Amino acid sequence: MKRALLALALMLATPAAAVLPDEMLPDAAQEARARAISKDLRCVVCQNQSIDDSDAPLARDLRVLVREQIARGSSDAEVRDYVVARYGNFVLLKPPMEGDTLLLWLGPFAILLLGGAGLIFWQRRKPVATPDATPLTEAERAELDRLAGPQD
Amino acid sequence: MKRVLFILPVIAFAGLAAFLGFGLTQDPKELPSQLIDRPLPEFVLPGITDAPGGGPGLASASFKGEPRLLNVWASWCAACPQEHPVLERIAAEGFPVYGIAWKDKPEDSRAFLARYGDPYSGMGSDFPGRTAIDLGVTGAPETFVVDKKGRVRFKQIGPISPEVWEGQIRPLMQKLRAEA
Repeated sequence: MKRALLALALMLATPAAAVLPDEMLPDAAQEARARAISKDLRCVVCQNQSIDDSDAPLARDLRVLVREQIARGSSDAEVRDYVVARYGNFVLLKPPMEGDTLLLWLGPFAILLLGGAGLIFWQRRKPVATPDATPLTEAERAELDRLAGPQD
Repeated sequence: MKRVLFILPVIAFAGLAAFLGFGLTQDPKELPSQLIDRPLPEFVLPGITDAPGGGPGLASASFKGEPRLLNVWASWCAACPQEHPVLERIAAEGFPVYGIAWKDKPEDSRAFLARYGDPYSGMGSDFPGRTAIDLGVTGAPETFVVDKKGRVRFKQIGPISPEVWEGQIRPLMQKLRAEA
């Protein structure tokens, strides 16, 4: 029973956000927007965490900055652009489709297409049917019977 | 022809593997700066002295007339004591080095400089860390090369080693001095 409870607790556990109460905006709708934006912004110190997840001091600064901008009336896109202008597209956990990210976005499809095209090509090239074999001569048939042994 | 077609996927795969393999040798911590060839973002920072208000600080407007280095550092930064002798040497060679003490209490910054020496021609305190964000700083130390017109021309992530100074930054500073 205890084990089951523990397992249940572990299953229900979710990673805690790093947002501290003193950072939060009083307006719940604005705070929700800030959370959504923060989840898409990479912590440039720890890199594979969002600033919403990270305890790094720089991530905290960025969370506060996002909230300041929202409180000042900036749109979500404006807040993102503000951070991207300083840290580049790398700061977005979901990079936009641009010249230097085309390979990232289209690469897998390109490989799929090439592979598919190659497969069809090889299938087509296979000889469709083997040319008609010349029937065995009497002598060959007799030889074959001899090798196969007596038949009943 | 047949043979070429047969081997093509292998070549393509080898190419992709080499490309991605090269990517693995790159340090993802080294983000390219968004500021290269753009003006230094505006800032007016207080100083780090114990005078009220921190004493004379550092402003972006003063980055005009001669090429300068802008070093973002902190007393809590592990690599900064290692970089410090190089900064002293740079200053001794006659190249001005300015500093921003990032997320550092002024008294801690002062203690660091008292212990290791002070090669800086000017110092600003960015305790809130907002100027560092405007600069796109991801960690300390980072150093910006700012030209005569106040534009950022180069960013060093991590400490300046003697090799980086001699091989990259000093030649650039000399080139920027010669620029109109």
